[in-house]
Amino acid sequence: MTRRAKREALEGILFASPWLIGFVFFTAGPMIASFLLSFTRWNGITPLHELKWIGAENYVKLLTTDHSFAKAFRNTAFYAVVAVPLGLATALSLALMLNQRVRGLAAFRTIFYLPSVVSGVATSMLWLWLFNPSFGGVNWVLHLLRLPEPGWLTDESTALWVFILMSVWGVGNTMLITLAGLQEVPTHLYEAAALDGASTLSRFRHVTLPMLSPTLFFNLVMGIIGSFQVFTSAYVMTGGGPNEATLFYVLYLYQKAFEQFQMGYASALAWILFAVVLALTLLVFRSSRLWVYYEGELSS
Amino acid sequence: MKTRNQWPIYLLLVFCSILFITPFLFALSSSLKKLDAVYAYPPTLLPVPPQWSNYEKAVTSLPFGQFLMNSVFLTLACVAGQLVTGALVAYSFARLRWPGRDVMFLVLLSTMMLPGQVTMIPTFILWTHLRDFTGMDWVGTFKPLIVPSFLGGAPIFIFLMRQFFKGIPVELEEAARIDGCSTFEIFWRIVLPLSRPVLTTVAVLSFIGHWHDFMGPLIYLDRVETYTLQLGLRMFQTVNGGFTHYLMAASMLVLLPVLVLFFVAQRQLVQGISLTGIKG
Repeated sequence: MTRRAKREALEGILFASPWLIGFVFFTAGPMIASFLLSFTRWNGITPLHELKWIGAENYVKLLTTDHSFAKAFRNTAFYAVVAVPLGLATALSLALMLNQRVRGLAAFRTIFYLPSVVSGVATSMLWLWLFNPSFGGVNWVLHLLRLPEPGWLTDESTALWVFILMSVWGVGNTMLITLAGLQEVPTHLYEAAALDGASTLSRFRHVTLPMLSPTLFFNLVMGIIGSFQVFTSAYVMTGGGPNEATLFYVLYLYQKAFEQFQMGYASALAWILFAVVLALTLLVFRSSRLWVYYEGELSS
Repeated sequence: MKTRNQWPIYLLLVFCSILFITPFLFALSSSLKKLDAVYAYPPTLLPVPPQWSNYEKAVTSLPFGQFLMNSVFLTLACVAGQLVTGALVAYSFARLRWPGRDVMFLVLLSTMMLPGQVTMIPTFILWTHLRDFTGMDWVGTFKPLIVPSFLGGAPIFIFLMRQFFKGIPVELEEAARIDGCSTFEIFWRIVLPLSRPVLTTVAVLSFIGHWHDFMGPLIYLDRVETYTLQLGLRMFQTVNGGFTHYLMAASMLVLLPVLVLFFVAQRQLVQGISLTGIKG
């Protein structure tokens, strides 16, 4: 190495050192620690020598006898399976409409994007009140339309649907990313397709979808990861009830770790979550070869 | 494409807009009603006359001023750390050559997909036990919430800045180097001033993220004096839950700063979000 290259390497590492330090202490280290912790029983507060090694007991208990875990897993999986595709479809539909050179594009875009910006405790309060079975706006409209009025968050069979609807309402981010993807599609492709006499539907099927597939792929991965991390809304709106019908995975993890201080058990929960998210992400990545089209792939 | 009749699209767009905006309007209306009107059946659409005093009651029943100060301090500190250290790291990944850089960049990208819950528990234990070594409290203060932002912050923002820095013509930096500028001077006096768009985007996105953070403060802050607005609002719910009109007023107030920021910085936000997807 020349002196200059050596100096650059040193400066490079120096510039990157905040993240390198952070990575060691707040990502890599904790990941290893959390894996080790998942084989222990410890409340995390008392001195380290009170930590007990118990082998795979946490995992065995989680996967065999813990009914709350099974419930939390099912709830979250159901939520993911419904909310992610519904969100992607809604985002795509809204983006397609906005991409038709409509007048007032900025206004519509603002309205659709706004809810995803203001997530948090306050919006959870809004939804809690909106879906109040006796006094909320939703059941009032259903009443006017002479439709059945569900108990929403108070009813085990409908409670999860409120969260699903709320996630669709917060789809603005995904819509913006999709809209940006749509605007990247070169118009000459549409013109060529139109010259060939392609119908609107086949233009969508053979031009829009393939060109948009990397964007959809990105949204799908992010959607899956996000859907396994629902916490604030569940904590604020239901606390997991009624009868654990809205016990989301991360809410259960939080309760175990920071309400019951079973840090070992909660670490096992965290690692199962990690394994599931990783497996799903890899699955999507694997399958992407079949349906994601990258421009320039053929020529390069 | 241009001559097609577009009215069904407009109809659908307006319908969807109403659906998206209704939760806000319903809450706004409730926040301005008297208590008996909130629980009236059938509900009234408009609060007549509007009870502006609800907002006063909501603000004075809990130390919301203190919560606001805490939220502002915490959020601004995190944004500052994110901008300064995140940009340094991003510049290193964009321009400087060092052994292992490309591998570490892949590592950085893959941490974007790591659920925070995996590292949450040992991190909490680390902060708890740091007390034994340093003799001062960490849990219960803002430090555990701020320090990570000064260590590069969120990987997605490092990534965004790196992409932007790579797009700056390298000739400018080479010329400055010939003129005798140090690497830090090049970064500080040439690269950063040219990167205003991406820095604004990161600042706004990071502000919104930290402003809404609930789980972090919930885990680390235990005294009411240190509560953020999000924790305060949650406390308001458990204390005054039955007084829906006050609760809605408090919720609208917590939303207000983000709404203002949203309308001021909408362009940066839209561009920033769009970027995260395209390069993904």
